[in-house]
Amino acid sequence: MKQDIHAIEVHNLTVSYDGKPVLWDIDFNLDSGQIIGIIGPNGSGKTTSLKAIMGLLKPASGFVKIFGKSLDEVRDRVAYVPQRESVDWDFPASVLDVVLMGRSKSQNLFRRANKTDIGIALQSIEKVGLTEFKNRQISQLSGGQQQRVFIARALAQQADLYLMDEPFVGVDAATESAILELLREMKSNGKTVLIIHHDLQTVSDYFDYLVLLNTRLIAKGTPPEVLTRENLSNAYGGQLTLLSKIVDLIRQNEFPVREKGFDL
Amino acid sequence: MIWQSAIDFFSFKDPNVVYVLAGIIFINSSSALVGTFAYLRKRSLLADAVSHALLPGICLGFLFAGEKNMPALITGAFITGWISIYLIDLIVRKSRIKQDAAIAMVIAFFFAIGIVLLTYIQKHGNGNQAGLDHFLFGQAAAISKNDVWLFAVVFVVILLAVLLLYKNLVILSFNPDFAQSVGIPVRFIEFFLTSLTVLAIAIGIQALGVILISALIITPTATARMWTHHLKKMIVIAILISVFSGIAGAFVSYTRAQMPTGPWVVVILSFITFVSVVMAPKGLLRKFIVRRKNENKINDENILKTIFELKGFSEKEKMLVFSTVELTEKRLFDTKKLDAGLRRLIRRNLIQHKGNEFELTTTGKKEAARIIKLHRLWEQYLLKRTSIDTDHVHSGAEAIEHIITPEIEKELEKELGIEGIPEDDY
Repeated sequence: MKQDIHAIEVHNLTVSYDGKPVLWDIDFNLDSGQIIGIIGPNGSGKTTSLKAIMGLLKPASGFVKIFGKSLDEVRDRVAYVPQRESVDWDFPASVLDVVLMGRSKSQNLFRRANKTDIGIALQSIEKVGLTEFKNRQISQLSGGQQQRVFIARALAQQADLYLMDEPFVGVDAATESAILELLREMKSNGKTVLIIHHDLQTVSDYFDYLVLLNTRLIAKGTPPEVLTRENLSNAYGGQLTLLSKIVDLIRQNEFPVREKGFDL
Repeated sequence: MIWQSAIDFFSFKDPNVVYVLAGIIFINSSSALVGTFAYLRKRSLLADAVSHALLPGICLGFLFAGEKNMPALITGAFITGWISIYLIDLIVRKSRIKQDAAIAMVIAFFFAIGIVLLTYIQKHGNGNQAGLDHFLFGQAAAISKNDVWLFAVVFVVILLAVLLLYKNLVILSFNPDFAQSVGIPVRFIEFFLTSLTVLAIAIGIQALGVILISALIITPTATARMWTHHLKKMIVIAILISVFSGIAGAFVSYTRAQMPTGPWVVVILSFITFVSVVMAPKGLLRKFIVRRKNENKINDENILKTIFELKGFSEKEKMLVFSTVELTEKRLFDTKKLDAGLRRLIRRNLIQHKGNEFELTTTGKKEAARIIKLHRLWEQYLLKRTSIDTDHVHSGAEAIEHIITPEIEKELEKELGIEGIPEDDY
C-alpha cells in the first residue's frame, strides 16, 4: 500500500440543498488502512459528505479523489452502506438476494449471479453471523440483523474502501461489538473504513482518525487531537451561530455560495 | 343464453374472440410486468397520472392520422404520457408543490384537454372517429388483428427488457442510491422503465379505457404481494391475476353487448383483491382462526386450572369429580364458553362424564398441574427479575401461563432453581 496516495482526498468541497450550503469548503485527506469516523451534530452534513464522496450528490464546487483517481475509475474498490432507514425493508427479497446485490458491477449489468458470486455472498453472510437466516425474508429480520445484511452486502463487494452511514444505529450491544470486531479485521487486511457515527462516548475506542463536521470542517486528526473541549463546543455548543445566520441569509436571498471564478 | 355465448366465446369460432383474447393476454401481461416495478418503486400514483394523460395524445394521434390508426394513436399517447411525467417532475422541482398535489393537478389538466379534443373530434368527425369513445371506458371487442400484432411486439419488448435488466431493476427498486454507487446507469434505466410503463398503458387503453387502465398496473401486483415474499413468484401471480380478470371481463362485455370492458375487468380484479385480503397467508381469515384458537386454548386451560384449584393437590388417589356449578362459583365463566370448553376437554380425554358431573382423568390431572406450574413459575420469575408488587404478579402470570413453551419452562426452572410446582401461590 503506497502511503503517498490517500484513500480519500476531499478538496474544497461545497454541497448545497435547495440553495442552502450543507457542506462548506470541506478539505481533508484520509490515509488507507484505518477506521475513520465522521462525527458531528444532527444536520451537520455527515450523510451529505458520504453521498458526495460516493458521487450520489453533485458538489457545488470542489472535488473528491479516491485512491488518487476519480470515482468512476475505482468504483469497484469502493463499497457504500446507506442508512438502514433509507430503504423499505418490506421489499420482497431474502437475505441472500440482498447480499448478492453486492456482486453487481457496471461491467456485469446483464450477467446473472454465478456460483462464484453466490459463494462470496454466502461467505459474507457467514462473516456477519446470519447464515441461519440466509433465506429469511428481510422484512422478518430485526433492525440489527437488517444492518448486518447491509454490511454483508458491502463485504460481498470485496472493496478496499468502505463508506458506512450510521452502521451502529438500532443495533444491540452484542451486534455492535461483533460489527466492530469485523471492522478491525478488515483494517488488519489493509482495508479502509469510513464511518458516520453519532455516539461520542465510543469514538475514541472505535476510530483511528476523526473528522468533526458542522457544515464547516471543525477539526480533523486523531481522537485526542479532535476531541478537545474547544472543538466539541464549536461543533455542538451552538458557538457557530454566526455561521448558521449566514447560511440562512444565503437561502433567503438565493445568494450564490461563492463568487464565480473562485471555484477551487 | 349465457351458456350459448360462453360456448361461442371459448370455442373461438368467432375469429374476433381470438384477437380479443390474445390482445388481452399481451396487454395484461405487459402492464403486470411493468406494474411490479412501479409498485416496488412506489410510483403507483404516477401510473394513474400517465393513463389520464394519454387521452389527449390519442386524440392528437387521431387528428394527425385522420383515422383510427393504432400506431399513430399510441405514438401520440406515448408523447403526452411522457410530457405529463416530465411536467410533474418539473412542478415538484421548481415549485413548493409536493408530488401528490402535482400528480392530482396534472391528471385533471390532461384529462380535461383530452375530453375537449375528444368532443371536438366527435362534433367535426367524418365518421372515422367511430370507436374513439371506447378509449374512455374500453371496449375489448374493438381489438383487431393488426392491434394484436402491435400488442405482441410491445409485450415482447417489455418481457425482454425485464429479463435482461432484471437484476438492475431489482437493485434500483430496492435501493436506488446503492444501485448508483455500484455503477448501474440509474437515470437511463429509470427513463427506460418509465417509457415501458407508458407504452404498456398506451396499448391497454383501447381495451380498458384511460380511466381504469391504471388499475392493471397496480392492483395485480399489490394483490400478488399478499400471497408471496418472492419477487419472481409475485410477478407470475400478478400476471395470472391480471390475465384472468382481463379474460373474464372481456367475456362479460362480449356476452352483454355494449357493456364496456374496463369496468368489468376492474370489478373482477378488485374482487380477487378482496378475496386475497381475506384468504392470503397473513389475511383476515388466518387472523380470525388464530384468535379463535388462542381464545379456546385459554378458556380450556382456565377450566382445568379451576378444577385443580377447587380440588387441590391432596386427593392423589381419587379421580377428581366436579360439577359446572362448582366451576362457575369458583371462577366467572361464560356458560356457553364453559360448555364448549368442557366438550373439547372430553374430546381430548382430559375429563370424562360421571353421572351428571364430570371427573378429571389422569392425563387431565397432569395437564392441570402443568398449567398451575407454569403460572407459579412465571410469578416467581416476575418477582425475581422485575420490581413488581406481590399483589400484581398473579394477573401478570394469568395470560402468560398459556403461551409458555416446554423449552421456556425448562429455562425458567433452571434460572429459578425450582423443580416441580412452586409452593408459593399469589
